[in-house]
Amino acid sequence: MELKDKLLSSFLAFEEQVNMHSEVHDIRSRAIKDFDDLGFPSKKQEAWKYTSLNKILKHDYTVFPKKEDAIDYRDVEKYFIDDIDTYKIVFVDGIYSSHLSATTHEKIDACLMSSAMNSPKYKAVIDNYFNKVAPKESLTSLNTAFSREGAYINIPKNTMADKPIQVVNFSTGNEAALLVQPRNLIVVGENSHVQIIERHQSLSDNPVLTNSVTEIFADKRAVVDYYKIQNDRKSASMVDNTFIEQHRESFCSVHTFSFGGNITRNNLNFYQKGERIDSTLKGITVIEGNQHVDHNTLVHHQEPNCESHQDYKGVFGENSTGVFNGKILVDKKAQKTNAFQSNNNILLDDKATINSKPQLEIFADDVKCSHGCTIGQLDEDALFYLRSRGIPAKEARALLMYAFANNVLESVKIPEIKRKINKIIANKLGVSIGFNL
Amino acid sequence: MAYTEDDLKKELDQQEEYKYGFYTDIESDTFPVGLNEDIVRAISKKKNEPEWMTNWRLEAYRAWEKMKEPDWANVHYEKPNFQNISYYSAPNKKPKYDSLDEVDPELLDTFKKLGISLDEQKKLAGVAVDIVMDSVSVTTTFKKTLAEKGIIFCSISEAIQEHPELVKKYLGTVVPQRDNFYAALNAAVFSDGSFCYIPKGVRCPMELSTYFRINQAGTGQFERTLVIADEGSYVSYLEGCTAPSRDENQLHAAVVELISLDNAEIKYSTVQNWFPGNKEGKGGVYNFVTKRGICEKNAKISWTQVETGSAVTWKYPSCILKGDNSVGEFYSIALTNNYQQADTGTKMIHIGKNTKSTIISKGISAGKSQNSYRGLVQINSKAENARNFSQCDSLLMGNECGAHTFPYIEAKNKTAKIEHEATTSKIGEDQIFYCNQRGIDTEKAIALIVNGFSKEVLNKLPMEFAVEAQKLLEISLEGSVG
Repeated sequence: MELKDKLLSSFLAFEEQVNMHSEVHDIRSRAIKDFDDLGFPSKKQEAWKYTSLNKILKHDYTVFPKKEDAIDYRDVEKYFIDDIDTYKIVFVDGIYSSHLSATTHEKIDACLMSSAMNSPKYKAVIDNYFNKVAPKESLTSLNTAFSREGAYINIPKNTMADKPIQVVNFSTGNEAALLVQPRNLIVVGENSHVQIIERHQSLSDNPVLTNSVTEIFADKRAVVDYYKIQNDRKSASMVDNTFIEQHRESFCSVHTFSFGGNITRNNLNFYQKGERIDSTLKGITVIEGNQHVDHNTLVHHQEPNCESHQDYKGVFGENSTGVFNGKILVDKKAQKTNAFQSNNNILLDDKATINSKPQLEIFADDVKCSHGCTIGQLDEDALFYLRSRGIPAKEARALLMYAFANNVLESVKIPEIKRKINKIIANKLGVSIGFNL
Repeated sequence: MAYTEDDLKKELDQQEEYKYGFYTDIESDTFPVGLNEDIVRAISKKKNEPEWMTNWRLEAYRAWEKMKEPDWANVHYEKPNFQNISYYSAPNKKPKYDSLDEVDPELLDTFKKLGISLDEQKKLAGVAVDIVMDSVSVTTTFKKTLAEKGIIFCSISEAIQEHPELVKKYLGTVVPQRDNFYAALNAAVFSDGSFCYIPKGVRCPMELSTYFRINQAGTGQFERTLVIADEGSYVSYLEGCTAPSRDENQLHAAVVELISLDNAEIKYSTVQNWFPGNKEGKGGVYNFVTKRGICEKNAKISWTQVETGSAVTWKYPSCILKGDNSVGEFYSIALTNNYQQADTGTKMIHIGKNTKSTIISKGISAGKSQNSYRGLVQINSKAENARNFSQCDSLLMGNECGAHTFPYIEAKNKTAKIEHEATTSKIGEDQIFYCNQRGIDTEKAIALIVNGFSKEVLNKLPMEFAVEAQKLLEISLEGSVG
């Protein structure tokens, strides 16, 4: 059976499992209809021109996994940022794992989407924010239709989250092939501040497809720092859809570190709904083998005096493919916008491919917008300089790559994340660099 | 007094009506409207074409019938009804002239208004002009001088008669019949155009040029240009266009093919100033053009274009860099005003080793116009050491226009070096203030800044053309630009 048909028929069973009378029911039913109309995206669509999902849609994915809660913390410790104290919201095969998690309801809410959806206490928040910024797109609608579990984070007015929050999704491989669809909702009130780290990790070589949707609302003067660490096994693929609505003077940044996975598609969309907003989108991609990473970003400037900064760096080896499709949209009303976008790529091997499509669509005249895109190699002279000083070729290359990626790493505000990323990159390049960058 | 945007708008509103909007009354021999196989056959017969040519056209027509009009471009317009167009019209009086005196004085008058004085150009600029007036070549000058060097420069219908081996060998090799919707339409019904062949090792002593005009009411113009530069030769080719004012939309679907063999160089410059529609966006020419060149070893093709006219422009002069060490260049100024829409750019396909390409695109949008750059840079896996530099700058005047950039960059070789830059900005208050301070009024200051903004491209035009291009920019921004 085609995956689409399977999903459509699974929806009926799914509806029986979840509370039929919830307000969300209507939204889900509408979403499954939308998905039925739209189907899976194909290369014929402009936004998917360079990424084909056909390869990963062939598997017979299980939609309702069995509950598996037998993971020992020590086995998965390394996948956490473990050297600082954090709140943890952990899911195993899409189901909440209480013994791995550390949630809270004091001052802030860092808990579960399922309880938020079903408890009357949170009804107002769900009514106001759930599925409000996520658009009608095939995979997003699919996620909406099956939305049941995920992280629910609500930071009330004038609150600073005392610890970063980690959202981690494990898949055990108990199923031959698994489709998980986490749905996260993050609401950050006026003057509040939160740092969130998201990670998806597969623990076996069975194929996993993650179709995740995250909605983030940043109210006036809120500060949101979001870090996505993607270093999954080569059997795991992922479509990440993140939608961020920002209000006056808020400050949001999303860092995406893509090192692993089979096919990774990041849809990152910022909607600016107030003045003097700052949005930052940064990413480092280091891949090889047959990996494919696609960054698809949109910054929609709707109000005057806002800024956006995009900086994506990529290093592509062997047969890997990198895609960058960034769009800056400036409405007529959004005068005095400053929007910058830069995409730098290094190709290491002849079979590696880069497709870059940086777009500007500008309807206002008093703006400063620019984009830059480069594709090149490591500088031979710089390599020679390092080697002539006794640094072996491999290390010299690694050093130059670190230097290349460094200004993305520099803006990471949590030093432990920086250390982790450094470790992952060093591992990937097979070097050990004796200092912290 | 501060010069505000409202003032600018007011001045833009008052801009002079299309200066070249006049209509020459020459009886034309026009076909009935509509398109079918019979019409294609009739065009071919009328032009006395050999059978292979008729079949070639029919093949294109059959491909066209199955095609759909593309709608991916960032332009919105009422789709032309292709059955409502007359596909052939030729000026009635068409004897071959020995000297200019014999030419219909009305025609000469038309060209005078356009600022093309044939005799003056003959003497001063040394330009041989192959004038295409409603599709049929009326006069060709300097043919003798060119013939001495072995250069063939004539209308394409003449070439089909007299040099069928060359036409047969190269026609459709760069832009195949079924390349796209408009190219297929053109291949089926093209009425005339220019043909140019530069033999081995010859450097063409003068700039070759054609002027196109759309003249007959309701006539679509389908030009076909084929330029072949044989090994080691050089040619600079100019194409300039102006069209009379008209209310209903006119369709123009031209095809230009350039073939630059080993070590040859072609420089192709265009100034386009077709009727852009009036201030309400009514009328204007639809310009759907397919231009492409192919470079063999060490060859070079350089496209330069100044686009100021047309209601809708859909145009992507491209280079296929097939041979090793070949070079492609694209320099463009696209200016849109009122309700004009332009979606233009280039494609650079790197196939050979050490190939290089440069793209400089300047977009200026004023009034309620929309100006898009759409480009592709593709480095194939065998193209070692390919190099590309692209720069796309947009200038916005007034807050009702839009500027868009859609670059596609695809690299499949690790030795590729690609740089792409794009900026969008408006004319700075400080720049205008600086000029005002020095006694330059705002109108002049804007002209100065626009000219400076476009200078990199204007510099690439041959001298006489650069002057005309500058004039066109001025006329198009009349009122605000002096």
